[in-house]
Amino acid sequence: MKLSRNFVSDYVDIEVDSKTLAEGMTSIGNEYDSCSPLLPVSHLIIGEVVDCVNHPDSDHLHVCQVNIGKAVLQIVCGAPNVRKGLKVIVALDGAKLPGGVIKKSMIRGQESNGMICSLAELGLEHKFLSAKDIEGIHELPQDAPVGEDPIHFLELDDEVIDFDLTSNRGDLLSILGMAYEIGALYEKKVKDIDLSYQENKEDVNTQFSLDIKTENCPLFLAKKVRNVTIKESPTFIKNRLIASGIRPINNIVDISNYVMLETGQPLHYYDADRLGEKLIVRMAEDGEELTTLDHQKRILSSQDIVIATDKEAVGLAGVMGGLTTEIEEDTKNIIIESAIFHASTIRKTAKKVLRSEASSRFEKGLDPKRTFMAIERSCHLLEKYADAEIVGGLVEYNHMDMNDREISITIDKINQVLGIELTQEEVVSILERLCFMVKIEKNGTLVVTVPTRRTDIYITEDLIEEVGRIYGIDRIKGKKMILPVVSGNVDRKKRYIRNKLADLGLNETLSYALIPERDVKLFTNDEFDLVKVLDPMSEERTTLRYSLLSSLMDVYQYNKARGQKDISIFEIGKGFSKVNGEYIEENKLAILMTGEYYLGLHPEKVDFYILKGILEEVLDSLGYKNRYSLIKDAKIKELHPGQSAIIIVNNTEIGVIGKVHPSLVKEDIYVMEINLDKLFDFRVKAMQYKEFSKYPAVNKDVAFVIKKEQQAEELVTVIRKSGGKLLTNISIFDVYEGENIGGDERSIAFNLTFQDQNRTLSDEEVMTLFEKIISETEKKCKAKLRDK
Amino acid sequence: METNEKIRNIKEELDKELEGVEKQQELVEVKAKYLGKKGLVTELTANMKDLSIEEKKELGQLVNLLKNEVTEMINQKQQDLQNKELERRLKEEEIDISLPSRKIKKGSRHPFQRIIEDVEDFFVSMGYDVVDGPELETDENCFRRLNVPLGHPARDSQDTFYIDDEYLLRTQTSSVQARTMQANTEKTPIRMICPGKVYRRDDDATHSHQFGQVEGLVVDKDISLADLKGTLEMFAKKMLGENTKVRFRPSFFPFTEPSVEVDVTCFKCGGKGCPLCKQTGWIELLGAGMVHPNVLRMGGYDPEKWTGFAFGTGLDRLAMFRYAIPDIRYLYTNDIRFLEQFSRKDEENEVK
Repeated sequence: MKLSRNFVSDYVDIEVDSKTLAEGMTSIGNEYDSCSPLLPVSHLIIGEVVDCVNHPDSDHLHVCQVNIGKAVLQIVCGAPNVRKGLKVIVALDGAKLPGGVIKKSMIRGQESNGMICSLAELGLEHKFLSAKDIEGIHELPQDAPVGEDPIHFLELDDEVIDFDLTSNRGDLLSILGMAYEIGALYEKKVKDIDLSYQENKEDVNTQFSLDIKTENCPLFLAKKVRNVTIKESPTFIKNRLIASGIRPINNIVDISNYVMLETGQPLHYYDADRLGEKLIVRMAEDGEELTTLDHQKRILSSQDIVIATDKEAVGLAGVMGGLTTEIEEDTKNIIIESAIFHASTIRKTAKKVLRSEASSRFEKGLDPKRTFMAIERSCHLLEKYADAEIVGGLVEYNHMDMNDREISITIDKINQVLGIELTQEEVVSILERLCFMVKIEKNGTLVVTVPTRRTDIYITEDLIEEVGRIYGIDRIKGKKMILPVVSGNVDRKKRYIRNKLADLGLNETLSYALIPERDVKLFTNDEFDLVKVLDPMSEERTTLRYSLLSSLMDVYQYNKARGQKDISIFEIGKGFSKVNGEYIEENKLAILMTGEYYLGLHPEKVDFYILKGILEEVLDSLGYKNRYSLIKDAKIKELHPGQSAIIIVNNTEIGVIGKVHPSLVKEDIYVMEINLDKLFDFRVKAMQYKEFSKYPAVNKDVAFVIKKEQQAEELVTVIRKSGGKLLTNISIFDVYEGENIGGDERSIAFNLTFQDQNRTLSDEEVMTLFEKIISETEKKCKAKLRDK
Repeated sequence: METNEKIRNIKEELDKELEGVEKQQELVEVKAKYLGKKGLVTELTANMKDLSIEEKKELGQLVNLLKNEVTEMINQKQQDLQNKELERRLKEEEIDISLPSRKIKKGSRHPFQRIIEDVEDFFVSMGYDVVDGPELETDENCFRRLNVPLGHPARDSQDTFYIDDEYLLRTQTSSVQARTMQANTEKTPIRMICPGKVYRRDDDATHSHQFGQVEGLVVDKDISLADLKGTLEMFAKKMLGENTKVRFRPSFFPFTEPSVEVDVTCFKCGGKGCPLCKQTGWIELLGAGMVHPNVLRMGGYDPEKWTGFAFGTGLDRLAMFRYAIPDIRYLYTNDIRFLEQFSRKDEENEVK
């Protein structure tokens, strides 16, 4: 909302400068974006061109002698319309204009002591310029006083504060609303608005009628005026519209906008003779067409409210009028529409079609009293500035509650919520500054009458806010809360994993959950439906990810493109899916590793076993030691079939690990992902000390030869089972392929540890067990003992 | 030859021989030659049986003395050899300590998560619970239960990614307010925060369509705006430095009444005025207010008995401030050269 200081000063006296006003308004909740003069200029003076000759060395420049009262200055001017006898705006040496500072200079050998200005050079936006002003310098009227300030003469000496208002304060989208707010801030009275006019003896109700066919229009007023003269608006109207960001057109259109700015009530003026005798308000037909004032053909739906005659729609309610009944140069008689439409219906239509000054006001809700006031104010101004004859009577359809609201509140409640100590007198004084009526009941309860213009105040808390903000919400002193001592809870598992992985040399990433649809089914074999957003911003952000791995692959590609080869990253985030119509959201941990992991003189590249080690470290340190296993699995097509596995915890699949398939990337990239929610479902017992054996352990080495395609895990399982309780550790210390064994074979060497908790084991006992392990393994795994 | 002379000769000979010994093995041989069963020292007693008792005694003493001396000499040599060997080894094992170390890659935690952990730790220390809520939310929890009915103008400012008629990507962590109040069936006091990701249809240099927020909610008896201010003052000092000041401005949010915007003294210039704070000395950091009675009521708390405050702030900007990150997009680009920088312990806040 652009607030013209001159405009609002009609209704409230302002004694502070505009910057202070803007800051003051901010302190009571109305933030401002900017505060500046309408035209940010200095050192301008009215001059008269007393002589004008062509520049000797130019085909378009003129050398002018300009009388500025106390002197005659030579100024070189390039405008086509400069001529002797013209009254002009002169920027003196040192003048600040939006385009820069004006300085004395030589222009092609001729001295120039300033500049003759166009309005554009003074900073007036192009849309506000007349055709004549676009082409050249501004021509002041002949009565312009030489030597005076032209900005003052043109009544453009205004200042504009651009407010960024909160969505609940629709009432501040009006000069009157602003006047009340400023009045409350500085304890000033709001002045009356002139609503006087003369009516003729006719009754509009005999000439015009309404048919309201939708509940989305609770209030509709129509008034008729005759025999208007269409002409240019008076300067103050034009300038105030300009300061408010609206382009002046002619007196009729300008008055409708002017009244909207004053009262906040958008109006529409129809050419009465083109309109006919009846207006209908109804919902549009699906596919109904309407050409609006901006010459755009709009296709409507049954969600839009239209104003119509019997024949056709003539306006898109609350947004924009139709072209067929617009005010034209030959318009004589006018129907004024002042109405209220359902706010959120207008909001939807405006969002779809066009945001206008009108719709932005309808959307926030209006004061029905202003709907009436706007009609009266229109009549006043049309009579005064367009010679209108006002037809008697008012066509009225009104289903609105016109009463002010009463809200009860106690001083205690106010003080309790704000945490301050105000007296009754202070509270009453604040409420009265806001022009709310206050009755004090015997028990001290305040009954506050809130005028209908305050469309944001309904409950006691709303009143508390009013008291707080006028008192000065920042004057409230912060209290250290005295709280009962309880310990707060936070789940530290994910934090623990993040710390662990960072310690293990991985970099944590933060990537987007919305990814391209084509990537969602990568790195998973699970059955689920996609979760897509209805209205994505781009093709790259259409669908919620299920696996985090495609995001990590993107991170890899991004870094590779920037020359980074050693990438070890992880992320914990949510994976989304839809299964049997239910949305599912799960915490996942994804890791990607490639390039060098061990650094130094003998660097070592990441391989499957390094990643496996990291997985084991994470699971072990979370307490899942001995509860998980990897099962070789080739089901995920993005992974190398010979170097991938599923991760099992307590017989449940919780994730995958493997090398990225070489058909996807040339480089050796290893990835894993686990579902943390599934993992955390398995409880872990508290960590407790376990007595270790004080008796000596016996170590035995043994090597078996098996087929290459057999997994070492097969042997381990059989060895563990046949070794029983006394076999306390199995470790693989060598794997051999090559001479002395078959080409399709390999040898795996184990170190076995035997120990008992309560006694020393005898040699015979160990040997018997060892023999049993060997024979079982030979039998069950078709393994051969090596170097017998 | 006189015994004494023999003894002298043996010693001299040994002395010479030891001088030439350089290896352990040579020393063993020398030792055998002198002290062995048929060694030179033992040989002195070969004719013992022919001597008188007195002579035997005298000779015995002399030989014993010699034996001790020889042993001592050999031991001394042994020690010398060991010392030499040690010296050689030390020399041999000398390394260039300036060569590169052997280690694994440098890991790091993302600045966004670091900030979350700090915020969590601060509030947990004050007895707040940290609550997690779904990012894929219902319109009901994200809007309707927060006093933002369908068609409410406040929905405009939060362009929402809808999934279907009811489900959406949460636009604010405030959705967890509604969940927490409902979930607390015993209707006991609440103190909670919820940090997490939120989503809005907005993407430019200063906005990311995905960003972080933390929401806080306190519901109890007799909670006031002054309590809110006190809490946020402590929070701001913890996160931004001891000298940070907090300013309240009235504002509007549908789920709080009264509502305030909370400004903090500019963390770049300390309040003097700079481009970051547009010369005002203040930076808008949080939105907050007293929980709207409709929100309490919908959460099952009687607004006649309970009051509460709520606040919310962006995490990205806190991270950007703390680590002097100039562009929000750096947080989501995941350039390794960016990530690797966050590999050390955070320092405590510097007091400005």
